[in-house]
Amino acid sequence: MKSWMKLSLAAAVLTCGTVAAAVPAAAQMKYDGVTVNIVTFTGPQIAEPLQRRAPDFQKLTGATVNVITVPFSDLYQKLLTDFATGTNSYDATVFAPQWMVDYIEPGYLEDITARVKGDAAIKWDDIGAFFRDFSASYNGKVYTIPLDGDFQMVYYRSDLLEQAGMAPPKTWDDYIAIAKAFQGKDLDGDGTGDYGSCIAKKRSAQSYWMILSVASAFIQSQGTSQGVFFDTETMAPLVNNDAFKAALTAYVETTKYAPPDEINLDVGDTRGLFTSGRCALTLDWGDIGTLAIDPATSKVADKVGAATLPGSSKVLDRASGKLVDCTAEICPYAVDGINHAPFAAFGGWSGAINANKDQKVRDAAYDFLSYMSQPEQANVDVTIGKTGFNPYRTSQFESMDLWLKAGMSEAAAKNYLGAIKDSLNSPNMVLDLRVPQNQRYEQVVLDTAVARLLAGEIDVDQAAAEIESGWNEVTEELGKDAQLAAYRAALGVQ
Amino acid sequence: MDRRDRFVAWADRASPGVFLMPAVLVVLALSIFPLIISLYLSLTRFKFEKGGFSLTFIGWLNYKKLLFGSQQFHLLGTLKTISPSGWIIVGLVAVLLAVWLAAYLRRGASAIGAIGRLLVIAAVLTVTLMFASASAPGGQIGTFGVTLIYVFVGVLAQYLIGLGLALLCVQNLPGRGFFRLVFFLPMMITPVGVAYTFRMMTDTTKGPFAPLWQWVGLGDFAWAATAWGARIAVMIGDAWQWIPFMFVVLLAALEGQSREQIEAAHVDGASGWQIFRFITWPAIIPVTLTLILIRVIEGFKIVDLPNVLTNGGPGIASESLTLHAFTAWRTLDLGGSAAIAYILLFVVTFFCTAFVNLTRSAGGAR
Repeated sequence: MKSWMKLSLAAAVLTCGTVAAAVPAAAQMKYDGVTVNIVTFTGPQIAEPLQRRAPDFQKLTGATVNVITVPFSDLYQKLLTDFATGTNSYDATVFAPQWMVDYIEPGYLEDITARVKGDAAIKWDDIGAFFRDFSASYNGKVYTIPLDGDFQMVYYRSDLLEQAGMAPPKTWDDYIAIAKAFQGKDLDGDGTGDYGSCIAKKRSAQSYWMILSVASAFIQSQGTSQGVFFDTETMAPLVNNDAFKAALTAYVETTKYAPPDEINLDVGDTRGLFTSGRCALTLDWGDIGTLAIDPATSKVADKVGAATLPGSSKVLDRASGKLVDCTAEICPYAVDGINHAPFAAFGGWSGAINANKDQKVRDAAYDFLSYMSQPEQANVDVTIGKTGFNPYRTSQFESMDLWLKAGMSEAAAKNYLGAIKDSLNSPNMVLDLRVPQNQRYEQVVLDTAVARLLAGEIDVDQAAAEIESGWNEVTEELGKDAQLAAYRAALGVQ
Repeated sequence: MDRRDRFVAWADRASPGVFLMPAVLVVLALSIFPLIISLYLSLTRFKFEKGGFSLTFIGWLNYKKLLFGSQQFHLLGTLKTISPSGWIIVGLVAVLLAVWLAAYLRRGASAIGAIGRLLVIAAVLTVTLMFASASAPGGQIGTFGVTLIYVFVGVLAQYLIGLGLALLCVQNLPGRGFFRLVFFLPMMITPVGVAYTFRMMTDTTKGPFAPLWQWVGLGDFAWAATAWGARIAVMIGDAWQWIPFMFVVLLAALEGQSREQIEAAHVDGASGWQIFRFITWPAIIPVTLTLILIRVIEGFKIVDLPNVLTNGGPGIASESLTLHAFTAWRTLDLGGSAAIAYILLFVVTFFCTAFVNLTRSAGGAR
């Protein structure tokens, strides 16, 4: 045999051998055959990025990720029923972190502290401290991976306000005055009248956070640990007083300068109305900022401003239940005499793992949630409006390139990120309720009473009394001392 | 008779019971057992706990909360002092009921019949008082009252329109075959589909009829934003779906009438109204009673339309009893949800028993 033939034969054998060895290695991935069922709410937001990135994750690891969606109003009880009955059809969830207490105490969620510590790719320290502490941790242990940062803010049409010589709203009176000025005017140039304000007020949806956003500045003035829901000494609800009633009155007033069916609009509806140019003002999470630059749906690109929640020059005197004027002592964080209390409504969608699943499935679930939160993915997803994910990492606030690349002008990006940063850094930030069964306080009692108020079934005094008695009933049922201890712990009260 | 014969005789006697027993057990397991369990559930407080759940017996607390406590506004409504006009209506109803009872007693009453009628009178008076109180200034109708409106106003409207369409379709009109099919179609659509369709149609700002609404000056009006607008929208959707059922059954009843009687009446010079009143109406009464009974039972359970169309709103203005129970269940108040379901079961059973007995005795009187 000639030498070149020997050489060719050897090369062929070597190639075949290499291919033969490489084929099984390529096919064998870390989670081949593993399926992760992950449940979240019927989006399309939140579910969209999970569904979009699941195939990419499968290519990398072999794990199949099924995203199951249920209506928001069903998500809490679906999870609880599934975990408590031992059905365990869900391997992981992307849910409201304020509910975590109800799932952690019975041992349904996995403690992922060690996993996070050993996961360099997630860049844990890049996640904002508030989200690491409030959205991800409970009693010093990590249970969820934040995928979203949530603060409610007011959005306004900067072009309209500029033309009218009006400043962005600093108080709720300003908000109402602006809404009144633009109600019925043609804001999108189609020849028909539009709306001054669009706020999602639908019952059994996500609207109960809106009234809390209005009420926060009237009730909390002395820092985060003061809280807006209960007295930290007696667990008496802070609702049947002049401050909460002032908030309810302002909230009802906004309905006059709004679409006729505003009380049946969910956040998806108001976002559509605002980005199609039909509203001068709206109250929402960070989503509006990115939805406004979506060329497919938005008519208001670069015409939107964001501002921290409007405040109040009068706040609650907890001893008398009356509204009193802000002073340096009463409102130490006030700006120009106006007390602002940015509300971290909801806390941001976060992922958690079912503690009662097989190790391999839990590993795959963790890796998927980590993958979703890693800056390579997350820093793109937070710039896309339809994801429903808002900034929650330091790198997302610092890197202007991300936002310019997404289509935001530099001025708009600075305004948008500035409003979120102002909320995030406020010493008077309001924490959402995180006591056992907080869903009953907010999603049942508060939501029903506010819906009845907006429908004209009851007046402001009756609504406040109804919320107070409803909250007291839940507290008595669950044990006042235990609820008070949980409330104080969540606020960091010693 | 030897032992073998005795065994055969015993087996003959026992065999029906033995053969029926499996079916009886299945029925017990599938219907009676859940009924008892849900009754127990309505007397408890349900709570999820580590490794499962707990049921704490709390007696009548769930019922007390709904009928007299913090949830009374939701079930019975916000009840206020009855206005003078409300008392006049209550008085009129009381007089009518007294006249009705006196007429029965004059006909020769049985003790059980009289007790039954007294119970019906008490129920009707209680409901009238509830409506009068909820309609007073500052009052509000609860889910029980809303359900009664859906059932009685809705079923009456559905029956009358269904009867009208059926009477039209038995006439020898051109294209009646086509219309029979068209009138029948809505019944084949899923209720959720109907609800979404009506949700779109009643949307005055973005719906397909938005230009029309704006043209007639209703651009700033939202059906689902006013209590009666929302209730009427639900009743229109429900009627649209269920009129075909009334129509089809009544059409069959009308077509099954004796042609000879009607032709003879024509020959004798009877008017159309006289033919309907004295020939057609008596002929379709049995079908009418059955139809109304079926629709009333079905109507009490209405949930999909108010849930999808109005979400029970505005406030709780269009929420039915079943939707109320579903809302409670969704928030893990299983005891409260079961209590509402039992109240509904009691109301439906009471109505059906009274309806069947009263219509039977009315038939006997005729």
